[in-house]
Amino acid sequence: MASAEIRNKIFDTPETNYLNHTRGWKSWAFTLDHKRIGVMYLIGVTIALFLAGAFALVLRWHLFWFEGGFLSNEMYNQMFTLHGAIMVFSFIIPSVPAALGNFVLPMMIGAKDVAFPRMNLMSFYLWIAGTCCLAAAILSGYGLDTGWTFYTPYSIETSTGVIFATFGAFILGFSSIFTGLNFLVTVNTMRAPGQSWFKLPLFLWSLYATSIIQILATPVLGITLLMLIAERTMHIGIFDPKYGGDPVLFQHFFWFYSHPAVYIMILPAMGVISELISVYSQKRIFGYSFIAFSSVAIALLGFLVWGHHMFTSGQSPMVTLIFSAITFTVAIPSAVKVFNWLATLYKGSILLNTPMCYALSFIFLFGIGGLTGLFLGALSTDIHLHDTYFVVAHFHFVMVGGTLTALLGGLFHWWPKMFGRMYNDMLGRISCFLVFAGFNLTFFPQFVMGSRGMPRRYASYDPEFQIFHQWSTFGASILGFGILMSFGVLLYAAFYGKRCGANPFKAASLEWQSSSPPDFHNFIHKPILHDPYDFDSQVYDKDLDTYIPRELADPKTVPPRREPVHH
Amino acid sequence: MAVVDTDNILEEEHHHHEPFIAHHFDDAEQQFDSGKLGIWLFLVTEILFFSGLFVAYTLYRIHHPEIFEQAHHFLDKRLGALNTIVLLFSSLTMALGVHAAQNGDNKKCGLYVLITMVCAAMFLGVKAIEYSHKWDLGIFVRSEFSYHPHTAEPFHVSPYLIKLSVIPVLLLVGFIAASFFARASSKVALSKFMGGLAITVGGYFVGVLIGMTFMALTAENEHAQLESPSQAPLVLRALTLDDDKHDDGHADADGDAHADGDHSHADGEDHAHGDSHAKSPDLGRDVGIFFSIYYCMTGLHAIHIIAGIVALAWIYWRCLVVHWRPDYFGPVDYVGLYWHLVDLIWIYLFPLLYLID
Amino acid sequence: MADHSHSHDDHPPFNHPAPIPLLIGVFLALVFLTILTLVTSDIELAQFAFPIAMVIATAKAALVCAFFMHMFWDKSFNVLFFLSSLLFVTLFIGMTLLDTGQYQDDIDSFPREPEATPVVAEQ
Ligand SMILES: [Cu+2]
Repeated sequence: MASAEIRNKIFDTPETNYLNHTRGWKSWAFTLDHKRIGVMYLIGVTIALFLAGAFALVLRWHLFWFEGGFLSNEMYNQMFTLHGAIMVFSFIIPSVPAALGNFVLPMMIGAKDVAFPRMNLMSFYLWIAGTCCLAAAILSGYGLDTGWTFYTPYSIETSTGVIFATFGAFILGFSSIFTGLNFLVTVNTMRAPGQSWFKLPLFLWSLYATSIIQILATPVLGITLLMLIAERTMHIGIFDPKYGGDPVLFQHFFWFYSHPAVYIMILPAMGVISELISVYSQKRIFGYSFIAFSSVAIALLGFLVWGHHMFTSGQSPMVTLIFSAITFTVAIPSAVKVFNWLATLYKGSILLNTPMCYALSFIFLFGIGGLTGLFLGALSTDIHLHDTYFVVAHFHFVMVGGTLTALLGGLFHWWPKMFGRMYNDMLGRISCFLVFAGFNLTFFPQFVMGSRGMPRRYASYDPEFQIFHQWSTFGASILGFGILMSFGVLLYAAFYGKRCGANPFKAASLEWQSSSPPDFHNFIHKPILHDPYDFDSQVYDKDLDTYIPRELADPKTVPPRREPVHH
Repeated sequence: MAVVDTDNILEEEHHHHEPFIAHHFDDAEQQFDSGKLGIWLFLVTEILFFSGLFVAYTLYRIHHPEIFEQAHHFLDKRLGALNTIVLLFSSLTMALGVHAAQNGDNKKCGLYVLITMVCAAMFLGVKAIEYSHKWDLGIFVRSEFSYHPHTAEPFHVSPYLIKLSVIPVLLLVGFIAASFFARASSKVALSKFMGGLAITVGGYFVGVLIGMTFMALTAENEHAQLESPSQAPLVLRALTLDDDKHDDGHADADGDAHADGDHSHADGEDHAHGDSHAKSPDLGRDVGIFFSIYYCMTGLHAIHIIAGIVALAWIYWRCLVVHWRPDYFGPVDYVGLYWHLVDLIWIYLFPLLYLID
Repeated sequence: MADHSHSHDDHPPFNHPAPIPLLIGVFLALVFLTILTLVTSDIELAQFAFPIAMVIATAKAALVCAFFMHMFWDKSFNVLFFLSSLLFVTLFIGMTLLDTGQYQDDIDSFPREPEATPVVAEQ
């Protein structure tokens, strides 16, 4: 049993931490510390989110009137392309892994850093370079109007800045590969002594599965984009039918990456939710190994279904049938996760604070997003729904209702750890309500108009759809305000929030055994390993006003264990 | 839970570390294992990176075998085999270099790594001969493809070869100068390093010379082929003829043999039932698709060779400053693995591109 | 640890140098296989030429992997990961191939650029 002095040293808010142990912009720009890189990534992806989100609002307000508002058709095309490209490549893909994951992953395994800190920093700078290339497509005055998918042959013929943008996406791909490679190696070789695979928090299982996809799929995006650039500059005749090439082949190449990429976007989010649901129910996660293996199963099955994006692209009927059938199997591991989360909630002592509100929103929204995917995976319905607003609504339920919601939930969960200060929970919950309500108001009408035949990517439309578009535009504005508010609440807390202790939420994974904010080396002690979901292992310490491992607590105040210890 | 030793729970202030172990690793083995897994994963990304081109290759070969049958006449399998042997030898010296580093023998390791670099540069030299010869003949990617055999002279230095060699010449001069400067200011390791780089670039020119000798030996043969076009592959005849129409009557093509093959198209008959060689009136230019794939594959491979030389130079430098020891040789091993992968890809490219029948 | 003696005794457990005669033997085998593949490419083998060339290439690749790349002594996890990448390449090629065959005629009949010069029989 440790003395009060040691307890204070370990858990009390320290004078020097990773944020202030060195000062000046150079100490950030050249840092190798995973926590600082995580914070810089967070700032970066937030800027990308607001930029691309602003494009979305412009689009929505343009569509408020059926004949179209203030954008020319060309401008409209460029707007939705840049909205999609920046959201996908610069925001969603790096959001949870590179921002939250970078901060949390090494601490969850009791390590000082990721395996390759320089590569980690390199990944961040590649992200900046790639995002700048994408943005250069706008600033160069050429714009980009291919949609984020860069389909040939249009992407070979359009006069807009395809090369800029594809080169940007190419670089962002390498940024993503570096993050994935780093995480995979770190989890493999740097786990704390005694931390077996089944004592890893589920967030790490999901990041691990994500890394596998990043390593196996992203290089294919790289070569695809290089070949597209070669096709555009030299006409090599591989994708361009005018020179004997096969334009559908490009779609195969693109979706071999981009369907698995959907799981790069959603798997880390699912990992965050596994943590939040368990911590805020204060109950051991239900079906740990099922959730863990379902992540890996999703990652691997994700490679077998890319053709479901090509049902109407001239893909042969046999292949279409195969892809459709396999697509349905992906629903199984996804549903396994949802059922396990629900079972975890059952009879838990649920704390409805901000992160939990976001987590519950996630389950609802992801549920709808996932289930509507089945309509799109089924051949007969997809022929009707393909390229309509139904598709748009479906993937926004997964990407925004899923990933963005989980990112916000994860930020509210780990924010006290990152900055040592607590946010205003009531304002946080209001932001969650606004996001949830605004989101549903935006995208539910889109399901309706999609199923009635409103095609996507049109700058003007039939008057009968106007009412749905108007609801959608109102919703988008509320959603935008909600997101803005949530970041406002967090930002305010980072500077002026009430100081909080090492483990305010009684979580049991290792990162909560560091001080808040953590020391530069993450831990000044050897963290004590528990099952990450054994919440009884943490006990309240009155002097520190926080939860600490029972091994270190004052023996006089330690309550007896509520449940027998599982090994 | 295991019993926790709470009295010694704090990390010691000064964690004793060997200087080569990064601060976030516990020991040399953890560092080595991390690096090793990291490089294997990197090789996985490399394989998938190349896979796109292999997919393109497979598709076009299966759907358009006639293009591949025509195209292989332009590739000299002797040069390909020569380059294969050069790369295999470089793989051997790389493996020997890793062996030396594992025993902490920096001197031997440096020598083997230098030989590896020279072989890599030789490979590029031979490649430069191959590329420039093709460009002389107008063999470019699909959109630029225009075969004009009359420029194929037995012994001539291609203007493309001169352009390709500008950078190596500059590098050679620069490295030699740098080596002398370093020696003058008595920086021995730096002088040796620059000298090694100069020798490496010299390897490029050796490759060029060997390639030119091979070309000279085969030129007789090729010339004979062009003299009697009925022996030449169909695509040569088609494009030669095409050429003739534009600039009156060059090399006298044998019209009959070729007219039979293509006549049906001029009449617009059903292509699918025609002779496989005459599947499409674009056959001549579609051979360019093979060369699009050829240039993409070998070009990307050459870029990897250049990157390999840079990585090997880094290893070579660290040999010169005696960094490697039996418990720290990881980077040599990692760069070695990368180098072997470059070799592995060539092992497949050689039969796929050069040995088609 | 700091002394620089080169005896095999101070090799840490992760250091397994491959025997030099083995490395040289592997190189000779690789050269032999290269010559073999050249020779077989000169013989008229019809539809077997390609499979034979691929089998020889794979044999060479296996030799390089096993001995030059130390796979023979490496952790099985690393080997497994590396080899599984080939599975994904196969999947990529296989599924794409399954599809593209069915619409080749559409591509072949697409108007090309530049327009093919009609070939005339008369000279
Ligand atoms: Cu998909």
